[in-house]
Amino acid sequence: MLKDITIGQYFPGNSLLHRLDARFKIVMTLLYIVMLFMGALYSLVFGVVYCVMALILSRLPVKLFWKSLRPLLPILLFTAVLDLLFITDGTVYFQLGFFKLTEDGVLTALQMVLRIIFLIIGSSLLTYTTSPIQLTDAIERLLSPLKKLKFPVHSFAMMMTIALRFIPTLMEETDKIIAAQKARGASFDTGKLKDKAKALVPVLIPLFVSAFRRAEELATAMECRCYRGDVGRTKMKQMHAAARDWAALGVTLVFLIGSAAASLLL
Amino acid sequence: MAILRTEELTYQYSAGTPFEKTAVDHVDLEIEEGAFVGVIGSTGSGKSTLMQHFNGLLRPTSGAVYLDGMDIWADKTKIRDVRFQVGLVFQYPEYQLFEETVYRDIAYGPKNMGLTESEIKERVLETAELVGLPEELLEQSPFALSGGQKRRVAIAGVMALRPRILILDEPTAGLDPMGREDILGEIRAYHKKTGGTVLLVSHSMEDVAKCAEKILVMDHGKKFCYEDTAAVFRRAQELETLGLSVPQVTRICMELRRRGLPLGDDIYTVQQAARQLAALYQGRKGGASIC
Ligand SMILES: Nc1ncnc2c1ncn2[C@@H]1O[C@H](COP(=O)(O)OP(=O)(O)O)[C@@H](O)[C@H]1O
Ligand SMILES: [Mg+2]
Repeated sequence: MLKDITIGQYFPGNSLLHRLDARFKIVMTLLYIVMLFMGALYSLVFGVVYCVMALILSRLPVKLFWKSLRPLLPILLFTAVLDLLFITDGTVYFQLGFFKLTEDGVLTALQMVLRIIFLIIGSSLLTYTTSPIQLTDAIERLLSPLKKLKFPVHSFAMMMTIALRFIPTLMEETDKIIAAQKARGASFDTGKLKDKAKALVPVLIPLFVSAFRRAEELATAMECRCYRGDVGRTKMKQMHAAARDWAALGVTLVFLIGSAAASLLL
Repeated sequence: MAILRTEELTYQYSAGTPFEKTAVDHVDLEIEEGAFVGVIGSTGSGKSTLMQHFNGLLRPTSGAVYLDGMDIWADKTKIRDVRFQVGLVFQYPEYQLFEETVYRDIAYGPKNMGLTESEIKERVLETAELVGLPEELLEQSPFALSGGQKRRVAIAGVMALRPRILILDEPTAGLDPMGREDILGEIRAYHKKTGGTVLLVSHSMEDVAKCAEKILVMDHGKKFCYEDTAAVFRRAQELETLGLSVPQVTRICMELRRRGLPLGDDIYTVQQAARQLAALYQGRKGGASIC
């Protein structure tokens, strides 16, 4: 079922990672991505250790991360094979006609695969431990300097909140419509590509109809409660940076410096 | 032999995640061919989940569903045939309408069965009449109809499969009292005319009381009981503890009995109550006052 896709989902909990300020978590995730993509294999080690540490602190079952990685296995495999095939510099380990297995090829493949895996795990950690509301609220705060440039930060954040809020609803609805059409004998996984595309019409039309209906209802409901953008709007939950947030950021910076040093020196 | 049978049927949503939820819990059930079975239970008791197993939309986490004694999952490629034999009308089925005309929407299922144009036409016209859709509506867009009519179109879309078992999940939800009566009447007429097996899911006992011969009561994913309608309503007090509201007339009769009136304990329609009260009145004419 569509619901079993876990990327972007939130898993409520009370671990240290869950309690960190969302703004800090976003910044830390960005720094972590820099860590992963900065340099050679050695600097990657810092990113990996950092991520494993965070994973343990999140107290989430490892199975979850496996689930979000599984759909990407073909891409990973493809990347690795490309690297192995086309990078032909460095010591040759093994040769068979055209194909040359070289040191550089193996190293690059390993790096790319590790990077993608840990990129997914790291960003999943962010969404798994942060509720969508906190996430968009944090993005609004982080982007608020852009308000000076007349960028509609609040509308942007509100749109994101609404979009995130409706992803599960629409997924559930899609599941329901698919089930209802299957009950009338629709089949979605047999036949030629053209038939498959055609089979989607009975799903897409009701889905669009209901999405528009929901949008209209929501807009009416917002207007009834006098929503008029961010003018004079206050927040029920204020974000306060605590000591633990600064500490976590500090640790992240140490890792970042470590990894930068590793890529420069080694 | 029972047309439909389940054995230790269990289903868990999101098995293996923190959201794991057992929605159907070791349910054993036998449904006789031609029966009109009511399924009741409070919201979230697992009625809809159970129903989706009967036509193979959900695959049991453990246990099995037998149609005519055959495990429906024995051959996965045959599951579509099961869906044509067991028609399922979802809750709020009007949200699945998609065709340009009512006719074509009702024809969607029969077309998937691979019937010829003339067979399809015959079925569409027959089911439209059965659910009280006038013929001039057939060429209109389903999106232009009223709520009650949309629902009729959706129900007709499943009836047109001529399933041996027709399952309706809360077909009266969100309709006004008149609309409810009409739809229930049409379902009864369908049962009478085709003689097929009907499963009517509802959280309203009044609806079920009017139609069903047997009632399955679900509670927290478990089968609470599965008995004749009268026997189930005899346990009215227990049902109320499950969060189900028994029919108004049953409650009145319960109260009258508590006050000493010798009424039967299996009253669940107004007619039954009227009959018993009239008999009592005849017997006591000129006798003691009631209270
Ligand atoms: N798609 C789903 N994913 C996860 N849990 C579900 C889903 N559908 C239903 N449930 C849960 O399963 C239980 C039974 O639901 P359902 O079969 O819809 O009950 P009913 O139809 O009796 O109201 C409920 O607790 C509900 O929250
Ligand atoms: Mg339900």
